[in-house]
Amino acid sequence: MSAAIRIEALTKDYAVGFWRKRPYRALDGLSLEIEEGEVFGFLGPNGAGKTTTLKLLMQLTYPTSGRAEILGRPAGDVATRQRIGYLPENPYFYDYLTAEELLQYFGRLFGYGAADRRTRVNALLDLVGIGGERRLQLRKFSKGMLQRVGIAQALLNDPEVIFLDEPMSGLDPLGRREVRKLILGLREQGRTVFFSSHILADAEALCGRVAIMAGGRLAAAGRLSDLLAFQVRGWEMVVAGLTSEALARIGPRVRGATQIAAGRYTLELALEQPPEGLLPDLAACGASLVSVNPLRESLEDFFMQRVAEAGQGARVTGPEKARRLEKT
Amino acid sequence: MRAINTVAVNVFRESVRDRVPYNLVIFAVLLMGASYLLGQLTAGQDVKIIKDLGLAAISLFGLFIALFIGIGLVSKEVERRSIYALLAKPVSRAQFIVGKYLGLVLTLAVNVSAMTIALYLVLSYQGWIESAEMKAAWEAPAADPALLKAVALIGIELMLVTAIALFFSTFSTPLLSAALTLGVYIAGRFNADLKNFDQIVDSQLTIWMARAAYHLLPDFSAFDVKTQVVHGLAVPGGYIAATAAYGALYIGALLIAATLIFSRRDFK
Repeated sequence: MSAAIRIEALTKDYAVGFWRKRPYRALDGLSLEIEEGEVFGFLGPNGAGKTTTLKLLMQLTYPTSGRAEILGRPAGDVATRQRIGYLPENPYFYDYLTAEELLQYFGRLFGYGAADRRTRVNALLDLVGIGGERRLQLRKFSKGMLQRVGIAQALLNDPEVIFLDEPMSGLDPLGRREVRKLILGLREQGRTVFFSSHILADAEALCGRVAIMAGGRLAAAGRLSDLLAFQVRGWEMVVAGLTSEALARIGPRVRGATQIAAGRYTLELALEQPPEGLLPDLAACGASLVSVNPLRESLEDFFMQRVAEAGQGARVTGPEKARRLEKT
Repeated sequence: MRAINTVAVNVFRESVRDRVPYNLVIFAVLLMGASYLLGQLTAGQDVKIIKDLGLAAISLFGLFIALFIGIGLVSKEVERRSIYALLAKPVSRAQFIVGKYLGLVLTLAVNVSAMTIALYLVLSYQGWIESAEMKAAWEAPAADPALLKAVALIGIELMLVTAIALFFSTFSTPLLSAALTLGVYIAGRFNADLKNFDQIVDSQLTIWMARAAYHLLPDFSAFDVKTQVVHGLAVPGGYIAATAAYGALYIGALLIAATLIFSRRDFK
């Protein structure tokens, strides 16, 4: 399989400051390859460089150094845009157009004839769940509805590669589920989807592979399960019918216990103390198991850890950063 | 060409939705009110005054549209980030700039045409109600076709103002663009005076700067033939053609400069 997206040592500096401009590295030497037909999650906390990367891929900004290719053509190639779709972060469109007119406008830019446009526009607005509102001006749309319109316009040209910047943002739980289903549908059709998110659950539900960004640098890349498996740091059990005597008996093997109701406790176990070892004792004292969950580090903890591992922190601003940039 | 057309038509649609055509209503009311008032106050001069007023109003209303829409054409898209989704479509940045420009020119053309038709209607009415001996004293007929020469040059002048506003709006804020465009327009109106600065001031630096401004700024007074037309004086076709070519040259240069600047821009 060939690469749908190839990113090589992509770096972006912005000048910050009003009088004395100094460089600020928003993206630092990112290299990635995304295969055709892959759903790729681009994760990281706010300010990690996700949106910067997507803007560089769309050539809304120009790289300081490095290069990027989409479908074998350099990023920014106008002809390639016929084959890609892009949902910007918190999309905003023309106030004075209706949802239908906006998609018609974009459809014209893709060169579709009137009949073809009408079919596509209607089908897509149905797909993203915009019903009678499609004849309303976009100024009347809520954030979530704009997000849906944004997704529709990103899919208007049946793109081979789809870039989605925070596709779930602004959506209610139902909307999130619909978008997940939609992305899975795209995967089944063999499309390449590159989406950014700061929510781990989205990535877990959708992605084969992910890249984790922190402070403008690539912190980790690979299968999400591989990346996070070793991050389990203990177990959390909820048990019912536990008496205080029984709790005292199992106490030494439990790292912490919190009472949530009469006889109902949350027990925290260390990683070396698997929960199944405790089950016979619980049964013996008449307590029952309600739930067991691995205690994982949150994605944010993971980011912070990776940033710390990466050295002095990926992003230094101010004179120190400027000095370092001058050296390179 | 398809992309340019599509962007242009959208600009036109935006101006209609933003209720720009309402200015036509104000124009018509102003013109009809003025002609009625003048009919009460003056004898024989009213047609000349209506022509003067009408042409000046076409120019002024057009200037407002060119300036206020022109400065927002590009900066508004960047500020509101609607440009993100647009530039991910098969549209180059050059096509975007030219499309935006032509869209506003289309808006102006429709507005100026409508105002011209309204002016001719009022003038025809005046010509119809006036007595024959009064008409004999006129330097030119009421619905004089020569007015179109003035309107044509106003049109080119407005296209030039639009290009200036668009040029500034590719790299600065709307407020600054408005100030700069208006500054260039006013300085350009007094272009001839800049040439003769050495007769009024002694400072070499000032003279040098005035000279530079004289050569750089377009001479907007060249587009103004209202007085000649209203007084029935001849405006040679050659003059109109030369002035049009002069305007086109400036417009071309401004659009190229705007495209070059815009093509290098980062949208943060």
